[in-house]
Amino acid sequence: MTNALSELLASRDWLLTDGATGTNLFAMGLEAGESPETWNLTERAKIAALYQGSVDAGSDLFLTNSFGGNASRLKLHDLQDRVGEINRIAAEIGREVADASGRKIIVAGSVGPTGEIMEPVGALSHAEAVEMFEEQGRALLDGGADILWLETISAPEEYRAAAEAFANLNAPWVGTMSFDTAGRTMMGVTSPAMVELVESLPNAPLAFGANCGTGASDILRTVLGFAATGTTRPIVSKGNAGIPKYMDGHIHYNGTPELMADYAEMARNCGAKIIGGCCGTQPEHLRHMREALETRPKGEAPSLEAIVAALGDFTSADDGSKGPTEGGRERTRRRR
Amino acid sequence: MADENDDLILADLSDDELVPQIHDDLYDGMKPEIEEAVHILLNRGWTPYDILTKALVEGMRIVGIDFRDGILFVPEVLLAANAMKAGMFILKPLLAETGAPQLGKMVIGTVKGDIHDIGKNLVSMMMEGAGFEVRDLGINNSVEKYLEALEEDKPDILGMSALLTTTMPYMKVVIDTMIEKGMRDDYIVLVGGAPLNEEFSKAIGADAYCRDAAVAVETAKEYVLRKHNRAKAG
Repeated sequence: MTNALSELLASRDWLLTDGATGTNLFAMGLEAGESPETWNLTERAKIAALYQGSVDAGSDLFLTNSFGGNASRLKLHDLQDRVGEINRIAAEIGREVADASGRKIIVAGSVGPTGEIMEPVGALSHAEAVEMFEEQGRALLDGGADILWLETISAPEEYRAAAEAFANLNAPWVGTMSFDTAGRTMMGVTSPAMVELVESLPNAPLAFGANCGTGASDILRTVLGFAATGTTRPIVSKGNAGIPKYMDGHIHYNGTPELMADYAEMARNCGAKIIGGCCGTQPEHLRHMREALETRPKGEAPSLEAIVAALGDFTSADDGSKGPTEGGRERTRRRR
Repeated sequence: MADENDDLILADLSDDELVPQIHDDLYDGMKPEIEEAVHILLNRGWTPYDILTKALVEGMRIVGIDFRDGILFVPEVLLAANAMKAGMFILKPLLAETGAPQLGKMVIGTVKGDIHDIGKNLVSMMMEGAGFEVRDLGINNSVEKYLEALEEDKPDILGMSALLTTTMPYMKVVIDTMIEKGMRDDYIVLVGGAPLNEEFSKAIGADAYCRDAAVAVETAKEYVLRKHNRAKAG
């Protein structure tokens, strides 16, 4: 079965995605505490401008403004009854912008985590999670999204639940996790473990990978971890524009457009095929990234030292994939 | 292996063996075993307070260390905290009856303007797992909501969380209001969240910055102990 993304992947060596949604909406005046998704209802022009910013900067694919658009997240704003509307409009605006661009652009319906912890440790059941993802995914497809795009996931259970929901919708999809805790996801998933998870799914995604996490260096180490498994599935790298610092009362990401250009080049050399930014990434960064991918030749995968030299230090000593979870401690019951 | 494990009869262990076994079982998140062991120690005449501190809290301390060091991850820690809470559930009424000293109470919430809550929820769960009483105010809390909860609950600790660089300055608004009302020194103020750091916490007048949930628990214990010591001395 072909779809817009698989066609594009077949004809290109790399694709550029978009940057940050939150960062750009704040720059347009989104108030802290407001749900970004409410702007689909009240600020259509600004959401169109957000998408247009990525398109004009050279993105081949952009994500809809629907990251927090599942019932569990929208409940925090008492909008849980408007999931359908909020997601459908997010995708509709995207479709309009993409169709007016005059080139082939993928509208990817963004699906973020529920924010709940799943059974057995948490309260959210698999069935409930599937239902929520399905509700959101259906609305995004109804609005004209080409594919669904799961991102910033930490728990394998949640990744599986979303995959099942997307299978129920017969939807092509991509799914990335956030590796932000000592090289692993918050729930302890390593890069090779994610590859196993992805390949174990009955409806494996078109592409998989990492987004957000910590700095640009760290995400490349994760991408190297994916590539080292020998996977042939396209890898996504959507890294933050550096690390946020609080300076003189306002937000500042230390990733300059020039640094993100180097990041994009290195991400491709590490084995990523779909490359973009996450928090802090603005159109100016994307333009530099596009230029780097177009003008610099693909090279060998960089060493960890070369990554540090170009993009800065890692935030943890290693990528967490060495050694057992058990560490030094005996995990079986002591017998005397 | 399972058969061998089943051979382990908790009631046959001496106190000196049972307490480390409880630490191990907590580490492995074995809820029924924790409940059973708590009953055994009660029957042997242990005070609820000793069971809480020497067996359960000490066990969770070990879990906290391995979480901090990246050996355990959130799922294992939550299983351990659930097992701890099951033991705590048995002890709670008995602790109240015996007038045992409380470990401490915390009011926690994400600051106004911020809708992120996963980190804050983890801190709540681990604090409860460590034996603290926690009131979780949820997301997007105004200074009024924090102060109301402080008045109502009289906790030892106020915890504030923020994930955005745009919302973290609100923590200072809350602390400044507490200072204005002359109530800042009645509480231990702990702050956390991805974009924060030690410097920021000092700059806004918090007592401490907690890098993660494990650090939050350790810091809370340390400050509550100091507070209690001061109260005794005073």
